[in-house]
Amino acid sequence: MSAAIKNLLYRMADDELIIGHRNSEWTGLGPILEEDIAFSSLAQDQIGHALANYTILESQFGEPPPDTVAFNRKEKDFLSCHLVELPIGEYDFSLMRHFLFDHSESCRYELLLKSSFAPLAMLAKKIKGEIKYHTLHADLWITKLGNGTEESHARMQTALNETLPYALGLFEASDYEDELISTGVFAGEAALQAMWLDRITPIIEQAHLSMPDMTTIEPKYGGRRGYHSEFLQPLLTEMSEVFQLDLETKW
Amino acid sequence: MINSIDPRIKRADLEGASGFGALAENENWIPFAVFHQDKRGERHEFVGTIHAPDPEMALLFAKEQYGRRKKTVNIWVVRSSDIFTFAHEDEDMFETVPEKKYREASGYPVRKYINKYLSEKDHE
Repeated sequence: MSAAIKNLLYRMADDELIIGHRNSEWTGLGPILEEDIAFSSLAQDQIGHALANYTILESQFGEPPPDTVAFNRKEKDFLSCHLVELPIGEYDFSLMRHFLFDHSESCRYELLLKSSFAPLAMLAKKIKGEIKYHTLHADLWITKLGNGTEESHARMQTALNETLPYALGLFEASDYEDELISTGVFAGEAALQAMWLDRITPIIEQAHLSMPDMTTIEPKYGGRRGYHSEFLQPLLTEMSEVFQLDLETKW
Repeated sequence: MINSIDPRIKRADLEGASGFGALAENENWIPFAVFHQDKRGERHEFVGTIHAPDPEMALLFAKEQYGRRKKTVNIWVVRSSDIFTFAHEDEDMFETVPEKKYREASGYPVRKYINKYLSEKDHE
């Protein structure tokens, strides 16, 4: 049982840490000042969610402290999906990834509100309002740019087409699906994916983007089992650069 | 290559940048005035301005810009152009000349009357 919950917590926390780090790469480079501030805050929130989950891992399961887990783990021990690992690219891609990821996160925590594992249910309740702003931010940008100029529309459509295979990788089933579902900890990745699709489809329509045929898309799996894209290791190296200077230092 | 320890400088790729083009239409965003409320029922207070293309985006930005550091329950945004104002050169209209002290509470020193009343009351 604890192996199943630990696996779920690592999948969630690693996604949040990596996308938080990726999105923070826009800090100082955002398209305009106001958006730079907003997007940086969202990135910071993601690191906060990761910290909350790593803290549950430490306090409930005796895993190493959050800093160690974040900055001193091998690439293959990370369970993040490929979607969050990809470089920030242009702002159209980063916004589309933010839209697709944050809706999955929003749905995930909504399902976890009813989790039989109390620490996750409590966390889901605590960050509900924060995530509401995340999806509001994503939805507005996607609909504005989808309905903007010919160029902005085309760029968002391309971003959607290119990002979807990675987004579907979010829902790669673990070996613990049945156990998580039967014990009431989590409704499972398949249920999450269905809920997510229902949530994003109307926004995509409002943005006048067309949803590619989902049945023809091959999801980018592997991340949940420690097989990562070429982009994760360089990110980890940069992220832990300072921490690795002296592993004994007290921060 | 600019050598900086700030990763943002490397990412900015300043040498590869081709300079700034002219602003296209829609790139010149509208200034909005932001009003912040820290408690239900309290007044919204003017806290500053932001730029956004429309009211929805203005609210989106105002939330992070003005709502993330202090207690916030609500925010208003108003197009700055919808705010009507006096000209600054008319500031003299607001000057109160010294002879108009009768218009201010401080123009009515009543302490001595109160004291007189209180002492009379004590003697009754």
